[in-house]
Amino acid sequence: MIATNRPHAMTAAQTHYCPGCTHGIIHRLVGEAIDALGIEGRTIGIAPVGCAVLAYNYFNLDMTVAAHGRAPAVATGLKRANPETIVFTYQGDGDLASIGMAEAVHAAARGENITIIFVNNAVYGMTGGQMAPTSLPGQVTQTSPYGRNEAQCGLPVKVCEMLAQLDAPEYIARVAANSVKNVLAAKRAIEKAFRNQVEGRGFSLVEVLSTCPTNWGKTPKDALKWMESDMIPYYPLGVYKDRSAVVTDRT
Amino acid sequence: MAKLTIQAENCKGCGLCVDACPKKILRIDADVINHKGHAPAQMTDESRCTGCGFCALMCPDCVITLER
Repeated sequence: MIATNRPHAMTAAQTHYCPGCTHGIIHRLVGEAIDALGIEGRTIGIAPVGCAVLAYNYFNLDMTVAAHGRAPAVATGLKRANPETIVFTYQGDGDLASIGMAEAVHAAARGENITIIFVNNAVYGMTGGQMAPTSLPGQVTQTSPYGRNEAQCGLPVKVCEMLAQLDAPEYIARVAANSVKNVLAAKRAIEKAFRNQVEGRGFSLVEVLSTCPTNWGKTPKDALKWMESDMIPYYPLGVYKDRSAVVTDRT
Repeated sequence: MAKLTIQAENCKGCGLCVDACPKKILRIDADVINHKGHAPAQMTDESRCTGCGFCALMCPDCVITLER
């Protein structure tokens, strides 16, 4: 019996991601969630602008690409035009937390019945590692060579904490893809975000902390360690909002 | 009995599986180069594999298939 393999919802194509980039893990978790719920034939994915723009090559689904940051708006249209489809966006932090902030916040405020997978790696990956709204204070990036200066650049945007203040969202959670334990928690959270949509519960967003070894200037192994030591303390993992939960706990 | 298959030609040699393996029976051999130019992960001692699947769980490129 095959216990672990490439999910059916993914194509056989090899990803263009750098070695050790956890985008690949997150892609697989999305594919596994779609397999588990048996929704492959009616799911539409929306790729962002960023490293994951080529996600349409990797998912065995109907896929489209939105203008930079506008994936939640496109998802709203797709979902309202055909409510039977399952619509998800796969967005990075440059896409969702910067240029696409308005679309993301308003889709959440409207409580659209869509699923957002938000991949936060604290830099603009595709364009070469510039400082993103989610870069940590003091983090060295291409455009902050002496570290992110709070006086000049302000402080990072914490998307989950912000969206959890809204009344409409159904499920807001932050997970990480840096260890076996955290990847298993991420798998459960992503599956729940899709199940919420199948059950018509409303807006679900899962923020997945991801590594960018190339732009962080670290080996894949050291990137996982940096996430554990620096990124997770700043972006605490947990369920920030879950309207269906009887008891609210932070995993 | 667990059987682990690594598609070495598609492996990018990132080593996340090597760190995830609790038995430490996976390794990166720098002397072997695949067509991508990476040194792929290799199984060193199949008899000690417990089939936990941690390596496949952490693999970003779906190159590890586990049968048990």
